[in-house]
Amino acid sequence: MADARIARLVNDIAVQFAHQPLPVAAESVARHVITFWEPRMRAALLAMPAAATEELDERAKAALVLIRRGG
Amino acid sequence: MTLSGQPDLGTPARSSESVVELLVDGIAVSVPAGTSVLRAAALAGIGIPKLCATDSLEPFGSCRLCLVEVDGKRGTPASCTLPVAPGMSVRTQSEKLARLRRGVAELYISDHPLDCLTCPANGGCELQDVVGVVGLREVRYPDTGANHLEAERDTSNPYFDFDPSKCIACSRCVRACDEVQGTFALTIMGRGFDSAVSAGAGENFLDSECVSCGACVQACPTATLQEKSVVQLGMPTRVVNTTCAYCGVGCSFRAELRGTELVRMVPDKDGGANAGHSCVKGRFAFGYASHPDRVLAPMLRERITDEWREVGWDEAIGFVGRRFREIQDRHGLGAIGAITSSRTTNEEVYVVQRMVRAAFANNNVDTCARVCHSPTGYGLKQTFGTSAGTQDFASVGKSDVIVVIGANPTDGHPVFAARMKRRLRQGAKLIVADPRRIDLVRSPHVEPGLHLPLRPGTNVALVNAIAHTVVTEGLADEEFVAQRCEEFADWQEFIRRPENSPESVAEIAGVPAEDIRTAARLYAAGPNSAIYYGLGVTEHSQGSTMVMAMANLAMVTGNIGREGVGINPLRGQNNVQGSCDMGSFPHELPGYRHVSDDAVRSIFEAAWGRTLLAEPGLRLPNMFDAALDGSFRGMFVQGEDIAQSDPNTRHVTAALAALDLLVVQDLFVNETAKYAHVLLPGTSFLEKDGTFTNAERRINRVRPVMPPRTGKHEWQIVCEIATAMGYPMSYPEPSEIMAEIAATTPTFAGVSFDLLDKLGSVQWPCNAAAPNGTPIMHVENFVRGKGRFVPTPYVPTSERSTRRFPLILTTGRILSQYNVGAQTRRTANVVWHAEDVLEIHPHDAEDRGVRDGDEVVLSSRVGQTTLRARIADRMPVGVVYTTFHHPVTGANVVTTDNSDWATNCPEYKVTAVQVALRPVQQPAPEPLLAD
Repeated sequence: MADARIARLVNDIAVQFAHQPLPVAAESVARHVITFWEPRMRAALLAMPAAATEELDERAKAALVLIRRGG
Repeated sequence: MTLSGQPDLGTPARSSESVVELLVDGIAVSVPAGTSVLRAAALAGIGIPKLCATDSLEPFGSCRLCLVEVDGKRGTPASCTLPVAPGMSVRTQSEKLARLRRGVAELYISDHPLDCLTCPANGGCELQDVVGVVGLREVRYPDTGANHLEAERDTSNPYFDFDPSKCIACSRCVRACDEVQGTFALTIMGRGFDSAVSAGAGENFLDSECVSCGACVQACPTATLQEKSVVQLGMPTRVVNTTCAYCGVGCSFRAELRGTELVRMVPDKDGGANAGHSCVKGRFAFGYASHPDRVLAPMLRERITDEWREVGWDEAIGFVGRRFREIQDRHGLGAIGAITSSRTTNEEVYVVQRMVRAAFANNNVDTCARVCHSPTGYGLKQTFGTSAGTQDFASVGKSDVIVVIGANPTDGHPVFAARMKRRLRQGAKLIVADPRRIDLVRSPHVEPGLHLPLRPGTNVALVNAIAHTVVTEGLADEEFVAQRCEEFADWQEFIRRPENSPESVAEIAGVPAEDIRTAARLYAAGPNSAIYYGLGVTEHSQGSTMVMAMANLAMVTGNIGREGVGINPLRGQNNVQGSCDMGSFPHELPGYRHVSDDAVRSIFEAAWGRTLLAEPGLRLPNMFDAALDGSFRGMFVQGEDIAQSDPNTRHVTAALAALDLLVVQDLFVNETAKYAHVLLPGTSFLEKDGTFTNAERRINRVRPVMPPRTGKHEWQIVCEIATAMGYPMSYPEPSEIMAEIAATTPTFAGVSFDLLDKLGSVQWPCNAAAPNGTPIMHVENFVRGKGRFVPTPYVPTSERSTRRFPLILTTGRILSQYNVGAQTRRTANVVWHAEDVLEIHPHDAEDRGVRDGDEVVLSSRVGQTTLRARIADRMPVGVVYTTFHHPVTGANVVTTDNSDWATNCPEYKVTAVQVALRPVQQPAPEPLLAD
């Protein structure tokens, strides 16, 4: 799945948790992705090149670590 | 006509804790105080002749036929308007009464055509019955006097005729339009002998305000208002009780037939959802089921550019099974998936998701709720613990304050709207939050509601501001919050923030702060306040947030867990609740249980004999994305036209065209079928055997009126596909599918066809704790234990108006058409809506030189289309509106693939657009996709 599309989807989730402290928000984003995303979408997220992940919302970036661990 | 085969007790039931005992013709009868003598007599088994009275309408006392004598009282009062009294002794028959009744009947007959044998109401005429009962044998008045026998018939309405020569001026039609439907389209014009029923101010029915709900036809005791189908075919001879297949109200109907030919659909007085009422779609628009466009045999083609080839069932099913397996062998188990239909039965949906999970061995199943109410599922599960409306429809009758957000019930859910308007006429307060001034804002005999015309996309900000007002003005129900809810402190800290104040939100939402505060005070004061909402809530990038925001508001004011309150999604399609209940979401098994739950999976693994995947599958928009990247290559689409209904048509059709195998199961060659390799003919609701679940969680029986015209039920076809793929699946009959649902799904544990036959319908949860179902949820506890407050920050949509696209388009539905119009476009309903139009404010129109009726080009960042403009001052400046009922317009060529953050429900309600006059020399283009 296209990186831009995946980035858009995860960023849309991340901004919803902007009211939470970063570690909590990251956990919320990760939980949402693990609960609702099909494995190939998670894989695409985790396989995004570094340059692309740098563009992600900071909560989404922090969530990547948790998703990688949880997945 | 009267409700055939259903007793008419003359006047409506009354409820009272006080019981009155009386004698009618010496027979003792006990009834609630306030009951009429006419009804008490009927309950005692004693029929009193009547014409102007019927038990769906308040007593009127005009026909003077239901006269009685009462011991100790003078005169002969009308029993319909006479309330019972303790110890009353009533006589319904005496020489005097007989003489009076014969005299009245004689007057009626003196101005009535005596063509009974050839009259379409013959066999169903109350006047004929009454004349027989009173023993009228001659009419003494000469037939040379003034009469109405030559009055002109009005045949303008496509579904019923109005023949004033047969009218007895009983006003039942007028009262039905007023009391039942609440449209007030009919009146009695003139006085005395000149009294005549009139639609509007003397127009014909088609041109009047009549909404063709059929209530007047239902109420008419003669052939004055008569279905054209009865005029043409004659009276029906048998009845099958079933459920409408249009909107999420789920009206019960009596399908009346001659043999297997459907003559008319009559709303069932005992229907739990509709209580004898109907709308133009359910009552009349069933002709699509026998339309010549119906596909009745399977069709195949190798490539989507080939011609269709009609084949037998064995070849079609063998082809589908083999090709799906080949795709999986080559591209992996996850390369195929299915979309269930919210127009099919629970049983049909259940077998599709079983096929996906057990035969496809993945969770790639989704449903049309993805593009409508998936945020309801997410939001209500997070806050209350389950995805369902909290009330039954009758609950609105106890509401003191009714909040309608992002819904247009008079068009989308008309039978429920009639019930709501009745409560509003009784004095309930109304708050409407909608960019458009929908009809409900000002309906006849209802005080104008408080209209909050918010900017599209600002729902969350508005509801947060209402909750802010509740909390900061000390209007919260602290006891309810303390006893029933959790995580309040964090939410309270969030909602008290200045950015959530009405003053901060006013500019964002375009609603004055004082109006927001007024709404908050009204809602909090209740005492019974209810929220009803529709797709104007869910189809936003913050749809799920908004559902949670409304749930927060209901909890903080204690408006959950009793009659008259609650959070009520008005579901779009007839079985969208059921399709979600049955496990159509890619992350949930039936009963909204996550696929990762080992205990739940083991139940289904035992029942289905296969190991099930613990990972969520692809959602519908994910399937499109995956189709374009080549990892998703085969799709089974049951009864949904995703090429017309889903947003960003270019993206959708490109994805469909990329598939190796697209299997469509539908009644017609729809837009999606243009990209299909296999078309499997589906069955209409008249052929189905199963259940639908409506927006109030009510499970209704759908009984076959006729055998499947295709030779197979849809669930049988799905079972045969699964079997062809090497996973044997079969059921002897649909009741066995429901038995499996009950055995595997706790909320359905008590449901069976036998129970539904016995009770008529039940609302889930239906189990040992609630053997007769659950009309109102969360009464003692929430499903999740305690209600959970969730902070709901307002995150604006990324879709913004610009100089190039300065207007915001929002889309919706109208009364006479349904969804993509596949059904209603194939009925006479097209007389009311032959094409989709663009509603635009006069100022926006003038700026662009657009006049009413001009053809305009509507363009967005993703595409453009052409349609006719309608100048409408109910639109706010800067916002335009259209519907998506007609494929020729293809409104979704302009909508984007922005979506709700939690569920990917598309943001249909906010698209930045431009409108321009179509150049005169330019031919009308096909719906066009932008570069």
